[in-house]
Amino acid sequence: MSGVEKVSVRIRVNSEPREALVEPRTLLVEFLRENLNLTGTHIGCDTTYCGACTVLLNGRTVKSCTLFAPMADGGEITTVEGLSTNGALHPVQHAFAECHGLQCGYCTPGLLLSTVHLLNKNAKPTDKQIRKAIAGNTCRCTGYQNILKAIRMASDEMGKH
Amino acid sequence: MATTLRTKTKKAKAPAASGPAKWVGQPIRRKEEDRLVRGKGIFVDDQKLTGMLHIRFVRSSYGHAKIVKVDVSKAAALPGVVCTLTGAEVKGMVKPFIEIGPDVGQKIADYPMAVDKVTFQGDPVAAVVAETRMIAEDAAELVEVEYEPLPPILSAEEALKDETLVHPEMGTNRNWHGVFEYGNVEKAFKQAAHVVHIGRLHFHRFSSTPLENNAMIAVWDSRSERIEYWSNNSFPSFAAQFLSPALGVGIDQILMKSFDIGGGFGIKITNYPYMAVCALASRKTGGLPVKWAETRTEHMQASAHGNERTFFGTRVALDKNGVITAIDSRHVDDCGAYPRYEPLGCVIWAQVLPAAYRVKNVRIDMNQVVTNKCPVGPNRGYSRMQQLWFMERVLDICGHTLGISIDEMRLRNYIRKDEMPYTTPNGCVYDSGDYAGMLALGKKLIGWDDWKKKQAAARKDGRWIGIGIGSTLDSGTNNFGQARIINNFAPFSGQSKAAIAKLDIYGEVVVSMGSVPQGQGHETTAAQVVADVLGISPDLVRVKPGFDTEQNAYTGHTGTYASQFAVAGLSAIHGAAVKLRKEMARLAAWALKAKEKDLEFGIGAQGPEVRDKRTKKSINYWGLANLVNVNNAGMPENLWDVTLNCRHVYHAPFQIPDTKRKYGNLTLTYAAQIHIAVVEVDRETFQPKILAYACVDDCGRTINPRIVEGQVHGCTAHGIGAALMENCAYDSDGNMLASTFSDYTPITAVNMPDLLYGHMESPSPFSYNGAKGMGEGGAAPVHTVCAGLQDALYSSGVIIDDSHNTGDSIFHALQRASSGGFAIMVRVEHPRASR
Repeated sequence: MSGVEKVSVRIRVNSEPREALVEPRTLLVEFLRENLNLTGTHIGCDTTYCGACTVLLNGRTVKSCTLFAPMADGGEITTVEGLSTNGALHPVQHAFAECHGLQCGYCTPGLLLSTVHLLNKNAKPTDKQIRKAIAGNTCRCTGYQNILKAIRMASDEMGKH
Repeated sequence: MATTLRTKTKKAKAPAASGPAKWVGQPIRRKEEDRLVRGKGIFVDDQKLTGMLHIRFVRSSYGHAKIVKVDVSKAAALPGVVCTLTGAEVKGMVKPFIEIGPDVGQKIADYPMAVDKVTFQGDPVAAVVAETRMIAEDAAELVEVEYEPLPPILSAEEALKDETLVHPEMGTNRNWHGVFEYGNVEKAFKQAAHVVHIGRLHFHRFSSTPLENNAMIAVWDSRSERIEYWSNNSFPSFAAQFLSPALGVGIDQILMKSFDIGGGFGIKITNYPYMAVCALASRKTGGLPVKWAETRTEHMQASAHGNERTFFGTRVALDKNGVITAIDSRHVDDCGAYPRYEPLGCVIWAQVLPAAYRVKNVRIDMNQVVTNKCPVGPNRGYSRMQQLWFMERVLDICGHTLGISIDEMRLRNYIRKDEMPYTTPNGCVYDSGDYAGMLALGKKLIGWDDWKKKQAAARKDGRWIGIGIGSTLDSGTNNFGQARIINNFAPFSGQSKAAIAKLDIYGEVVVSMGSVPQGQGHETTAAQVVADVLGISPDLVRVKPGFDTEQNAYTGHTGTYASQFAVAGLSAIHGAAVKLRKEMARLAAWALKAKEKDLEFGIGAQGPEVRDKRTKKSINYWGLANLVNVNNAGMPENLWDVTLNCRHVYHAPFQIPDTKRKYGNLTLTYAAQIHIAVVEVDRETFQPKILAYACVDDCGRTINPRIVEGQVHGCTAHGIGAALMENCAYDSDGNMLASTFSDYTPITAVNMPDLLYGHMESPSPFSYNGAKGMGEGGAAPVHTVCAGLQDALYSSGVIIDDSHNTGDSIFHALQRASSGGFAIMVRVEHPRASR
């Protein structure tokens, strides 16, 4: 409620220090979308199923609808907006675009971050490992076929460098 | 790993008055991808307007109850709350929504919020508007509502009894009834070699549940007397036609805008009641923007579900070869608490009345009832998928019962390639197609013979493996005239789409079309078409996505539904581009002192241009646009009609159907998908699992093969999810049992099999480009997976009688089978066995 004392939350988001005064119950996804206006991170289910809100916290995927913003205080977050470098697409973004691994694009930011996390810890995942890594990311448009193709392509591309 | 097979077709011939087909037909990368992979899509909830408030609904926890008291005083007193609304208050501010159905249907008073009683769980009874979303949520919890529970009506059977009425003012729960009868049904039964009687079949409720929930921002400014909407409604011109009389404003005062939409699949067509409440809330706050971002639980309980249909007392007549000669059946749709968009579903199935089959004598008694469940709305494959599933069940049950293999059963009954265009018993015209050829391609893809051997071996080991075929038609570009079959006074018919192609001041090629894409790649395919007309490349064509009353083209039919963009949408865009090309040619001929016949369009050193083949002189697009827009002194009078801003409306060639006979062409094109699935039911857990899956599609000429394949993948995932996982089930008290994704379990990457994909092209003779709409896909896997399960379990005495099958339901079906359930479901007579 409005009478509740606000707390300060400091997080490095996409390599930049960000700070805001929020109600303690503010979800991380609300902090990103409402306080920082980083609207690439989406809300799909409110209950940790769909993964549209997936971001990286200290290099690991979290569902930002299931974390209070103060729980990420002092942490390092990467959102979809932080994936490209000087405007050039990240290899995972490039692979999704190239393989038509998206249709409406609503689930895409979460899937990109789950993929980045997967490939960071396992450069050559098997098909089963890929499916498991994105089991928490629901896509209603693609039937996952081109997403799997995109992840394999990204794995191949990133392996070359 | 996905495999793709394509049959070869000749290169598309370029239509007159345009350049050669260089881009149409190519699998180019979508224009949309770049902004979406950067997280730069613009979805409604991303928008923030100055002074914007947030609305939260208070919803019924009961499925059916009288509202005794609504007390908003505590909520209104919470700091940060700007205003509240109750159903009773809303009733005083609006007229009930117009009803499409005739007679008793006209007696329903559908207000945007519940007034005296709630009729489904999640029915909104009050709303709170506050400065932040959190305050709105807190305040909504302070609203006190007192209910007096009433017995809920939760099935078609209960509703038909009319013992408890959902809407007492109707005097019945039956809101539509009609008999669709063609040929000579009784004669066919008398002459049949076999008559198969089939017991109750049931097509369950599910929704494709777009990942982005409903969302909207409304501003009703009393100074401008306009209502501005930013929403993700996918048929805004239809919504406006419902909102205008309800809110008492002219349709020109309602401004609709959309941009990126996070999936829709039809479900977002019927969010207009919420659009009404948001507008009223904005008016009450003095014209501030009011945003509603639906929660997932609200979406599951109270947005829209797909149609639920029950099939009773089916009789099938067959000749001695297993060719179906007649079908007689009674179908009942449960449309939930309010017929919103309904009862159109009572006729839309008739677009595919005989499915892919040659049956000539058909009698279907169609009923629709209201119940205490969430209102239904069009969902991908709307109303046709229920009929297609029914027909596929009929084919399988008859085939298995008569000992005819399922593939042979289809080959004997399919409409043949050389019969196209084929007129169905109810006057629909199937434009083209080769169902037997598609089945052959599917068999090749999946390795049919190999699986047959594996199946036989596995059966010896006691394993339940089945192979199923699903034959699906995706009827596209609908004739709204079919609404006249529902209600002779319905004031709509035909089909149209509008587009504008213009050359802007610096020579930019800009296309606007007002379609409302949700991932179908309209920006890309539109650019491919325009690029070919003007001899340029798609990256030089700016396509304005989404609906925009003020800026983009539209007609009253504009929206994204009924698989029609490739035909109706692109025809309008092509027409506008051709008009623009003609104007540019006239202008260039004057500027270059050339003859129009000597001009060619292309890209030169200074960008896109028009040049004189003889003199090699050219003028680029900037030069042309400049002449009309800002540099027009000295232009001869005969060119003053050139605007370089060309609008074209495509009219589909439809007539109003014969409403007495329920006869006429209801749809322009018929894309097809033939799927084959190999499924196994685990002997211990009874869990069904897909072992292999192939899909073959034919949507006529493809505009962009990568988009087409993506749509096939998507519809396949929806269908597999629906057949095996997703179910909008209710308990006996009217509680919606899947009110979160964790309960509804939308299909994920671990449940989704690899798809083998094949493609054929039977160009449509009815579209300028030979294309057919194909986005819906007709829930092909629901039929296919059920067919596979039927094949796996027939020998154990199970008849697959429901479209939703889980380990639990299969366990119970096997239990029933062992206690003689099979005999109740199917009975065979042989009136004239020699025939």
